[in-house]
Amino acid sequence: MSDATASVRFENVSKTFDVSVGGSVQAMRALDDVSFSVGQGEIVALAGPSGCGKTTALRILMGLETATSGSVVVGDKPVHGCGHDRGMVFQHAELLPWKTAIENIKFALAAKGLTKVDQDRTAGRYLDLVGLARARDRRPYQLSGGMKQRVGIARALAIDPDVLLMDEPFGALDSQTREALQMEVLSIHERTKKTVIFVTHDIDEAVLLADRIVVMCAGRIREIIPVAIERPRRDIRAIRTSHEFVTKRTVIWEALHDAGSLTATAIA
Amino acid sequence: MAISSEQRAVDRVDAYLARSRTKAGWHVPDWAITTVSLVAVLGIWQAAGPWIDPLFASYPSAILAAGERMAASGQLSKALWSSMQPFLAGYLLAAVVGVPAGLLLGRYRVVRAALGIYVTAGYSTPLIALVPLLMIWFGLGFMVKMVIIFLLTFFPICINTWAGVRAVPKSLVEVGTAFCASQSTIMNEIVLPAVLPYIMAGLRLGIGKAVIAMVIAEFLTAITGLGGTIIKAANSFRTADMLVPIIVIMVLAVVLTHIVTLIERWVAPWQSEIAGDDGA
Repeated sequence: MSDATASVRFENVSKTFDVSVGGSVQAMRALDDVSFSVGQGEIVALAGPSGCGKTTALRILMGLETATSGSVVVGDKPVHGCGHDRGMVFQHAELLPWKTAIENIKFALAAKGLTKVDQDRTAGRYLDLVGLARARDRRPYQLSGGMKQRVGIARALAIDPDVLLMDEPFGALDSQTREALQMEVLSIHERTKKTVIFVTHDIDEAVLLADRIVVMCAGRIREIIPVAIERPRRDIRAIRTSHEFVTKRTVIWEALHDAGSLTATAIA
Repeated sequence: MAISSEQRAVDRVDAYLARSRTKAGWHVPDWAITTVSLVAVLGIWQAAGPWIDPLFASYPSAILAAGERMAASGQLSKALWSSMQPFLAGYLLAAVVGVPAGLLLGRYRVVRAALGIYVTAGYSTPLIALVPLLMIWFGLGFMVKMVIIFLLTFFPICINTWAGVRAVPKSLVEVGTAFCASQSTIMNEIVLPAVLPYIMAGLRLGIGKAVIAMVIAEFLTAITGLGGTIIKAANSFRTADMLVPIIVIMVLAVVLTHIVTLIERWVAPWQSEIAGDDGA
């Protein structure tokens, strides 16, 4: 991937946490010299066993953590804290319980500085986009898990970011809802051509959605695996039974399996 | 296609909510059950009346008669008014000081390190033991009563608010950070709403404490108000007269607690909805 078309670049990013273990402070290396870039409009999955640093990488990209060394560049600007060029979808939606669906989206738009009239119009449009126009005045407790995450996606998209970040967005959902939302993400990507970077531990999800899968292990990139399934990806049955899907599923399973056993030996 | 499947999901949630509302099976409302329970207990108590020695206890109709007499003479309303002044002043002062103090303790490390120890100590100390000293400082009148009520009410309100700030979900604050919300927006739209249920719980708890403080203050300082009426009636063995102000205080506490609950529903409507939905 040439840097000219890159939307996101990780340049030698390392992150060390201080962890107190039994009274003494130990340095834990969450990311170790991670470099990769993501092209404009590309969908990239970060996969790997838990504790491999994939969520840390996403959080640094969002500006919720700072890298110990190295830098992350979005567009042509290095990341320093938050920014409206990135929109985040959280693992458990994290809607504000005291706000209705539309107010949760307006919260993000108000933070971006839109006028009240524009907030209303834009929030309504994105609620429509995720098919929840009827639920606009409901509070999160009146929404199902899938509906909450749809609002979460609408909130992240509404600020019109260059890059959509998703942290295991569908991990807590049942398989039918998860599949519906995966198709939704594909269709939104088809329409908006946004760059999407997401963390997942679901191999099927990674292969179904991503152009490339970054397999991580113990804070390093183990392998970057391209997925050559044509876009638009609309026919889920055809994709799931395609040769490429089945092959890449196995390749990633093997990569993750090796990564897992490596982590296990590293700890032992 | 996606929209119609989502509409089905909306309908499913509606159906679920409707079902859970009528799950109980029989449809006698709660207030009716409470009324039946009250009538039964009062009835048994009244029926036992003839066997009760009027020195040791009383029974509903005797208490009611005493209450009517005391109300007609103006004694009761005078005592109530005399009690309410230090009560409201002490309670409101405790709320006005306690809530911001709790917010500061929870939010700022320096405040916590400097002042947290006094709040914890004050909460743990039996402050009633300070009453003799407080009388030397503030005399026997309105002032000392207000201070006693303030002291006993301040700490639960403050500690609850403090605990509330510590319980604000970090993940929700991160939502504010990720979308570049300002510090004041994060405080007003994320932290405060999240702490509100704890503040209201502290204010509810505070009413119970303030009522106890009020009665004790009237017992131990100048014998006035409803507490004073209790002491005077008890000293002359008029048990029914003694129970009248106790019942007035009980009703007062229940009504005030209910008012705080109503205020909570008004300022934090999502809270009772969430609790009602999960707790059913």
